[in-house]
Amino acid sequence: MLRVDVTKQLGEFSLEASFTSEGRVTGLFGASGAGKSSLINMIAGLLRPDRGIVVLDDETLDDTAKGIHVPPHRRRIGYVFQDARLFPHLDVRQNLDYGRRMNRLADDPAQRSRVTDLLDIGGLLDRRPGQLSGGERQRVALGRALLSKPRLLLMDEPLGSLDEGRKVEILPYLVRLRDEGIPMVYVSHDAAELRQLATQIVMLRNGRVTALGGVKVLTTGSPA
Amino acid sequence: MFEITPAEWTAILLSLRVAVIATLVATPFGIALAWLLARYDFWGKSILDAAVHLPLVLPPVVTGYLLLLTFGKRGLVGGWLADHLGIVFAFRWTGAALACGVMSFPLLVRPIRLSIEAIDRRLEQASSTLGAAPWQVFATVTLPLALPGILAGMVLGFAKAIGEFGATITFVSNIPGETQTISSAIYSLIQTPDGDAAAGRLVLISIVIAMGALIASEWFARRATRRLHGN
Repeated sequence: MLRVDVTKQLGEFSLEASFTSEGRVTGLFGASGAGKSSLINMIAGLLRPDRGIVVLDDETLDDTAKGIHVPPHRRRIGYVFQDARLFPHLDVRQNLDYGRRMNRLADDPAQRSRVTDLLDIGGLLDRRPGQLSGGERQRVALGRALLSKPRLLLMDEPLGSLDEGRKVEILPYLVRLRDEGIPMVYVSHDAAELRQLATQIVMLRNGRVTALGGVKVLTTGSPA
Repeated sequence: MFEITPAEWTAILLSLRVAVIATLVATPFGIALAWLLARYDFWGKSILDAAVHLPLVLPPVVTGYLLLLTFGKRGLVGGWLADHLGIVFAFRWTGAALACGVMSFPLLVRPIRLSIEAIDRRLEQASSTLGAAPWQVFATVTLPLALPGILAGMVLGFAKAIGEFGATITFVSNIPGETQTISSAIYSLIQTPDGDAAAGRLVLISIVIAMGALIASEWFARRATRRLHGN
């Protein structure tokens, strides 16, 4: 369960969002500039709320009233960025292994080969990020986040930087990932994408939550 | 003509030792300072920045004299170090290394600072979401990505250190076998009758060392850039 109730002032823009999600895949839906990325960054701990709380599975990650702020590296929340952000000085294998090394987890070859099979990236292990296509990069980023064994996976428009053909290429992997059972928060401005993936929708507009509920709210409310 | 005498060898080896030690000792401080200047805003930052660059614009003889006042046997820091830790800089090769380190410090810091400023901080965010504590982010992302700048700074600093003359001779004098580097040996030789041939050999050797350092830095930079662009 994820509970978020935060306010944040960012220049002219004010974000005031509150929602609770039990869903396996929470879709954060809204136009660009609605505050989706700020919200997801607060869940990750990269951005501190001015006021409010973030609670994941009974663990308080942020509580400004009590002065609690768990730093990102202690949250065990995976994050897949729109621009992949693979480490350019490491090859694919080292990128995939990075989270395990940082968290000092035991080597788990079975898990690694399961993830590389799931994402079809077994053939890319010796390459450098610069030698990958956009779609391949995004699949490696997914694998890297998964292998850090997060308890929640954040995805900020993971298909946003890809053209239509590539999106179709990645989408099936995301569906597979959802069926793996790791809870996800999936940010998108594309209703069609969310209809395929999300189990619950949080609709954002100008920094406010305008609708909450099942996937059907995508058809009743408009993001713009 | 090309017979290098033992005295010249002594000066060459001393110069190399002084420059290598100066560069190696200065580098961690250079990285720390570059990081501070690149990443933080604090009170007195512009003063600190100016102080770091001071040896670049001050007459070297002034820097050398200030070092003598501070680190000389009766200097504030030098006296304390000699009494408590037994470290003596005055008229020792270690003093030459200190002078070279101070003189080359601005050249060492600048490329490191620029390369840290150029790092995409979003990669560091990605690293922290994967479980890396701040020091791990620094060690596994920031430092490797700044490597081209660090190597460039080290080579520049080394080149400056090996050519340093004014501050060194003011601070630790020109003692053969202890503080006489290639530069001060050349200076002595050209003031000696019949010293031209020996001076010429040392000039040639300093050109070879300088060229070698430049070629090495170019090679390192190219390699590191290739690594960073992920090909």
